[in-house]
Amino acid sequence: MGMTMTQKILARHAGLEKVVAGQLIEADLDLVLGNDITTPPALKVFEETGAGTVFDVEKVAIVPDHFTPNKDIQSAEQAKRIRLFARAQGIVNYYEQGEMEMGIEHVVLPENGLVAPGDCIIGADSHTCTYGALGAFATGVGSTDMACGMATGTAWFRVPEAIRFELVGKPSAWVTGKDVILHIIGLIGVDGALYESMEFTGPGVAELSMEDRFTIANMAIEAGGKNGIFPVDEKTLAYLEKYAPKRLTAGTYRIFRADDDARYAATHTIDLAKVPPTVSFPHLPSNAKALGTFPEVAIDQVVIGSCTNGRIGDMRMARRILKGRKVAKGVRCIVIPGSQKVYLQCVREGIAEDLVEAGAVFSAPTCGPCLGGHMGILAEGERCVSTTNRNFVGRMGHIRSEVYLASVPVAAASAVAGRIAGPDEIGVRKEG
Amino acid sequence: MKATGTVFKYGSNVDTDVIIPARYLNLSEASQLAKYCMIDLDPTFVQRVKPGDILVAGPNFGCGSSREHAPMAIKAAGISCVIAPTFARIFYRNAINMGLPILESAEAAAAIAEGDTVEIDFDTGRIADATTGKTYQAQPFPPFLQRIMESGGLVGYVKAKRAAGKKG
Repeated sequence: MGMTMTQKILARHAGLEKVVAGQLIEADLDLVLGNDITTPPALKVFEETGAGTVFDVEKVAIVPDHFTPNKDIQSAEQAKRIRLFARAQGIVNYYEQGEMEMGIEHVVLPENGLVAPGDCIIGADSHTCTYGALGAFATGVGSTDMACGMATGTAWFRVPEAIRFELVGKPSAWVTGKDVILHIIGLIGVDGALYESMEFTGPGVAELSMEDRFTIANMAIEAGGKNGIFPVDEKTLAYLEKYAPKRLTAGTYRIFRADDDARYAATHTIDLAKVPPTVSFPHLPSNAKALGTFPEVAIDQVVIGSCTNGRIGDMRMARRILKGRKVAKGVRCIVIPGSQKVYLQCVREGIAEDLVEAGAVFSAPTCGPCLGGHMGILAEGERCVSTTNRNFVGRMGHIRSEVYLASVPVAAASAVAGRIAGPDEIGVRKEG
Repeated sequence: MKATGTVFKYGSNVDTDVIIPARYLNLSEASQLAKYCMIDLDPTFVQRVKPGDILVAGPNFGCGSSREHAPMAIKAAGISCVIAPTFARIFYRNAINMGLPILESAEAAAAIAEGDTVEIDFDTGRIADATTGKTYQAQPFPPFLQRIMESGGLVGYVKAKRAAGKKG
């Protein structure tokens, strides 16, 4: 019996010829990640291990992106602790606010060339699964795993089974990777892929941009998945040429393909042409509804950004819809580029100007509002359409506020309409 | 090892955002986090919980964020064990890594009621509901995970391995 992509990567990193689902292994890590929320508890644990120094100063990344720029004194103290740790350890990939490498962790790590196909990555952040878009095994863990990963360069894993998503067809107008993953989570539920790997495959993959793939892999965790993973194709290699040329030149990557006889717990065929613009209603990402199938929902706020949808393509899409239009009276539209590079690109391309003229808030990179940290907290009874990844009770503020998860085109159009709406409803025509 | 306590019962998909909301994540000490444990799901939990009490919930307990602050808060609040049919995977590994006892049992999770007195034998995985007189058997952990738990969590395991490595 053959192995899935994920199983092959894990076998390789565990020094084993073969692994089977359910097996417990210890694997070597190519990268260990933490942020300003998960790193502070990890520092105490790291000290307890007695390791003294991290296993490899180039293979640890610390990105203070959640409560930064520091939202209060306690956050500032936490950020200071990890800054001092990074400095003392000589961590190469520690980024400070404002540096060109800085931004939201899952936007910047691929941008900074730290992720390549075949890598085995853990991150003390649940959306670490984003990197599966590049054919890497990447999974979210907690602070203790981060600490022990920094100490030893290894982590334990239970080898997952996989669910295969056979993508066919081509997405229709205004349908993005976000709609695809919300649709899939709606189909299988928030624990539909519990403990399992989500492998995306089939001819439809070629129809998805790298940004679509990052968005889809990012939300594998919202279906309970251990990781989400895509095969490596020409688009992946073109992305790596641009962002990770050193890894390509050095040949420090490895392309894995699932065996033809790999065993899957289930296979779902997803016809991308039939995926509608999708909105996930409060309070679970699986509460997915097709746009146009629900009564009017008036809104107070829109958030466009996050590790799910904060890339340059997302910003360009927001501009396409908001340029020359106005955010509806009474609605706050907050746009947050995912990295300094994306931010600068927005300035250079005139996106920032168009968004500000449309009446949007345009902020520096931060996770901020997505997790109810800062930069857009909701009051009791308020409703927000958000391109982020979770809509749990109280996620973005008051326990009686509501978050509706959507794509960038739907979020931007909703900002103009003052209610949940698609671009067609505000008169934006799809080009080409 | 054994535990006895009163049951707090919650539903499905209890996420880490309600266990410990982000507004408290500027704290990283377990004792501080414990003061806000479950606050967005059950604001009375912290006042009512006593050392040794037991959380029983529906499937996919601990879904969402990887924040280890969630099991830290639950453990520091005095909870001796969480019983659920399934756990979200990051919560599952965090609990094992940091030494919060968890047990998987769909039967126990369905049948045990709020306020019941429950006794747990961690060595055998036996769950006894003293209120109803019924007993349940939880899924045993694989030997490797048992070894981590017996070492007092992943740190103990890593320390033991380092010590063995130095000797070798």
